[in-house]
Amino acid sequence: MKQTIHEYLAEFEDIPGTRVYTAQRGRKGYWLNQFCMSLMTPENRERFKADERAYLDEWPMTEAQKQTILNRDYNAALDEGGNIYFLAKVFSTDGLSFLQAVGTMTGMTPEDYQAMMIAGGRSPEGLRSIKDGN
Amino acid sequence: MARITAAIASSHVPAIGAAIDNGKTEDAYWKPIFEGYEWTKQWLKEEKPDVVILVYNDHASAFSMDIIPTFAIGCAEQYQSADEGWGPRPVPTVVGEPDLAWHIAQSCILDEFDLTIINKMDVDHGLTVPMSLMFGQPDAWPVKVVPIAVNVVQYPPPTGNRCWMLGEAIARAVESYPEDLNVQIWGTGGMSHQLQGPRAGLINKAFDNAFLDDLTANPQRLRDMPHIEYLREAGSEGIELVMWLIMRGALGDHVKPLHRHYHVPGSNTAVGHLVLKPE
Repeated sequence: MKQTIHEYLAEFEDIPGTRVYTAQRGRKGYWLNQFCMSLMTPENRERFKADERAYLDEWPMTEAQKQTILNRDYNAALDEGGNIYFLAKVFSTDGLSFLQAVGTMTGMTPEDYQAMMIAGGRSPEGLRSIKDGN
Repeated sequence: MARITAAIASSHVPAIGAAIDNGKTEDAYWKPIFEGYEWTKQWLKEEKPDVVILVYNDHASAFSMDIIPTFAIGCAEQYQSADEGWGPRPVPTVVGEPDLAWHIAQSCILDEFDLTIINKMDVDHGLTVPMSLMFGQPDAWPVKVVPIAVNVVQYPPPTGNRCWMLGEAIARAVESYPEDLNVQIWGTGGMSHQLQGPRAGLINKAFDNAFLDDLTANPQRLRDMPHIEYLREAGSEGIELVMWLIMRGALGDHVKPLHRHYHVPGSNTAVGHLVLKPE
């Protein structure tokens, strides 16, 4: 029998260390993500870099959302409804690559993360399902 | 009559674009990736496609949270490279093929695929990196492009089966286009990668190679694969692979693989590449 949307969405919460970008996250993160999009022009990047707090205050984001950006805490930003492709505009403004920025979410040093990728990446073993522990 | 003569699948990692733009293709880190595309570059010079239907996903460049089309088709005369936060990639303007694009849009809508029509958009690394991988750094791209943008960012993305059926509808549309055009369809994105959360860096070589095998050997398995399997096995951004099924669906029941390449890592990502011919 075909899965219901409720069953479909529930499965996403069973993946270790992963925030799937569901409607719920998309709604929560609307302004956070729209702020990120604004960094797609050099003028806005300059204004943001000149005074991050003032720039963030122009957006109807929650204080918690603003703090995630000021702290460059990307896991917290995901929890506040951010999506990585939107947040990429922030770390690109900082001059970081995806490799450098993504590694910050893993608790590893940049060197260790880079070394893990060169060695073939993170194995899915044990990271497929919280429930099944596989 | 227009015809789909071949298909290409490829990852579209942004750092690959940066490596090309910054002259690093000969570096030890990058060289094994680019070597796997040399065969295809030569083959394309002989094949001389007129148009590429390029299936990709926009990475929050043309589409913000304001408008999120599941399937969109570019009908514009041309497309500029998007500024994704580090300035636009220095690549030629992407020239569209509006007559064919509108024909596909109209045909697919009557064929019950309600594509969103895009007359103005910038294109990001999802589209320009595959162009650079296949054609290098020319002054002008040697093909016209019909972009097909697929939502794989906001859940739910389309199912594999729906992607496959869209590929079939696109193939029917191309076959009914009167002009004699050599058309290729490219599916881009993937392979396994996860760019978010503590599980970031996930790579699954076994999953990826089975996916490459089954595009030829058992496409029905891929067509039926649920999203959760991509997420668990190939990482959260591995879901991009669902777009390869649009390419595969356009080729019919049987295909012959002409070239295959797989390398880990390209930045955070497993780089996969396949050239297929319909049989």
